[in-house]
Amino acid sequence: MLKKTLAAAALTLMLPVSAHAACSFQNTVPVKSLTAAFPAWKAVTGVMAECGNVQAELDQEFRKKQPDAFAAKPSLYQIGGVSNGTIVPLLNAGTIRPLDDLVAKYGKNLSPNQLIKIDGKIMAVAMMVNAQHLMYREDLFKELGIAPPATYDEVLAAAAKIKASGKVAYPLGATMKPGFDIAQEFNNLFLGYGGTFVKADNTPNVKSEAGVKTLEMMKKLSAYMDPEYLVSESTFVQKQFQQGKIAMSNLWASRAGALDDPKESQFVGKIAMAPAAAAMAGGKPATTLWWDGVVIAKNITDAEADAAFRVAMEGLTEDMVKANNTAAVWLIKGYVPSRLSEGAIRSANGGAPNYPSTTAMGMIAAAIGDGVADFMTGKKTADKALEDIEAAYTTKAKEQGLLK
Amino acid sequence: MKNRTFAMFVAPSVLLMLVFIASPLVSVLFQSVYGTRGVFEQVQVETCMPGFLGPSCKTEMRSKPILDASGRRVTETAFIGLDAYRSLLQPDVVAKAFSAGGEGWAALSNIDFYKALRFTLTFTLITLPLVISLGLIIALAVDATTKSLRGPLIFVSLLPFIVTPVIGALAIRWLFIGDGILTAALNWMFDSKIAMFAQGWTIELLMLVYRVWHVAPFAFVVFYASLQTVDQDTLESAVVDGASRFERLRYVVIPHLMPLIVFVALIHLMDSYRVFEEVIGFSSQAHRISLQWLTFNFLTPDETGNRAVTRASASSVLTMIGIVLLLIPLLIRTWRDRKVMR
Repeated sequence: MLKKTLAAAALTLMLPVSAHAACSFQNTVPVKSLTAAFPAWKAVTGVMAECGNVQAELDQEFRKKQPDAFAAKPSLYQIGGVSNGTIVPLLNAGTIRPLDDLVAKYGKNLSPNQLIKIDGKIMAVAMMVNAQHLMYREDLFKELGIAPPATYDEVLAAAAKIKASGKVAYPLGATMKPGFDIAQEFNNLFLGYGGTFVKADNTPNVKSEAGVKTLEMMKKLSAYMDPEYLVSESTFVQKQFQQGKIAMSNLWASRAGALDDPKESQFVGKIAMAPAAAAMAGGKPATTLWWDGVVIAKNITDAEADAAFRVAMEGLTEDMVKANNTAAVWLIKGYVPSRLSEGAIRSANGGAPNYPSTTAMGMIAAAIGDGVADFMTGKKTADKALEDIEAAYTTKAKEQGLLK
Repeated sequence: MKNRTFAMFVAPSVLLMLVFIASPLVSVLFQSVYGTRGVFEQVQVETCMPGFLGPSCKTEMRSKPILDASGRRVTETAFIGLDAYRSLLQPDVVAKAFSAGGEGWAALSNIDFYKALRFTLTFTLITLPLVISLGLIIALAVDATTKSLRGPLIFVSLLPFIVTPVIGALAIRWLFIGDGILTAALNWMFDSKIAMFAQGWTIELLMLVYRVWHVAPFAFVVFYASLQTVDQDTLESAVVDGASRFERLRYVVIPHLMPLIVFVALIHLMDSYRVFEEVIGFSSQAHRISLQWLTFNFLTPDETGNRAVTRASASSVLTMIGIVLLLIPLLIRTWRDRKVMR
């Protein structure tokens, strides 16, 4: 989920093929994978590589490469790592294959919960869930006598108290970089205020009471952030936590492990995980649930697909989870929830919705990602910003044929 | 040279230019007036996602693209005329803004294209004189030092030009972002609370400084080479006539360099009108965008893989028109000079 600056010249890691150790079979068919680059994928592709003839490419910009790479004939990669957002272009283009046969053949260890079924067909195998949720400095909150906030109004109150105490540079951190990051902050609150992004006929619906409330809340929150918040993405917020600059943030669960890593963090064990705060009192946690998993390309031979799926299954074993328990909130057998996964699990149990992954959502999320910054910098009023987001969405949806 | 021989000599290069320059341009022009859209149908789909207790399935109406027999998306292409240009330039909003009771320029700055145009133009026009004068100053300074020092000096002055643009921009960004060492030093010295990335104009300033730092060595090298061929006799007679150092520069050196100054200006105008690396390197999207970045943003697929190819083409055609308009005065000047020489 973490998103890095485009310019950082695509962080591409080619893992060398090593001798097969933990893998239960010797793979002879060359297999390539393209996935995101956060710790969970490093763990999974590391084990896959042990089967031999596996080349794993980990790239935070995978979402931009994957649709075209999978549309090639033959596909440039056999295995793809996707989330509920990034699977949509592959589904739309029909470049990934149904996995029912392969699951029947090699997927004995998978739990039904891992199978992503679309229209009755298994299209992906999930390995972990991810969600943004509240992380906070437990030591600081105790010292100041603040309870972990359950609503965004309480977040503001807590931030005010922390600011007055002067214990940290900025009470709040948030992923507010234009594009995916700021869109995610908007989406969380917008859904929390009961908004719906598009109507049934795909016309936009963000210029609403929920939209205005969301923007106003974002503006209020930003007063407690680093003034340079408009360039901050997940890694930036993670570092702010690790260096003790912020006291709380609604951050990705997949980042929790790094906050507890003594090699990077100065606050090991002091950052607690709580469910995402609700936008309205008594509401559901204002966040969305994501899954990450594996898909297999359609434009490859059946033999390649067979080998690729087998290799992928070797990456999703109990042994892998046991060795990397804190790297993610795994869906694989053998996972023991830790204090680091508490926030994500309690958010889900609190009723946080799945991220709505539709074509229309992809387009409106892009429009939101480009359009919110002008409100945050004070260039546009909330109404005008939302109006322009709707206009940008409508232009694109018409261009793509979604709207007539 | 005979016409025939001349034609044979230039034919390969004309051919290559047709294939690699003219035809892509024509294709971009076509793409900007034709729209390709997918065909969607409303279908009921049951989707199962993982939950913490078990899978959560729900059935809903979704818009699904129609695929043909071979599994490709069905698309329809239609002539849309200037629609893409209209959605970029929004002439109706412009007309309204400048009619009675309109908001004038303020309304324009809300439209991405004009926002990008404003930044691109100021960026180009401010860096141009700075690059030329800084390049000239360095060239004169290096030319005035003793011969033994010149080699190392030229090498050091060239370094910024060798650094890859994006990497250079990132390096400067890291010096200033958050409590980067230069921001920290400034704050310590002046006991202030400067945050360079918190507002647009400071980022813009950094971008300008970065571009001048990066390109001045190019101007320097060109000018320095030309300084070696200044007519020494003219210079000496100027000294005999009692011309001051400044007068020698003004009436002998600069006229000698003039064709190269025009050359550097041409190259710099073309390059900086396509400003892009700075926007990415400094992540300035929230505050400042450039025309080239706008094209890039249209081409970037959104989460569901859709690209706005038509608008990207239109925006690059507009960028091209912009560059040509900027270059016209300089081209006219070069044309006249050539005529005089003939």
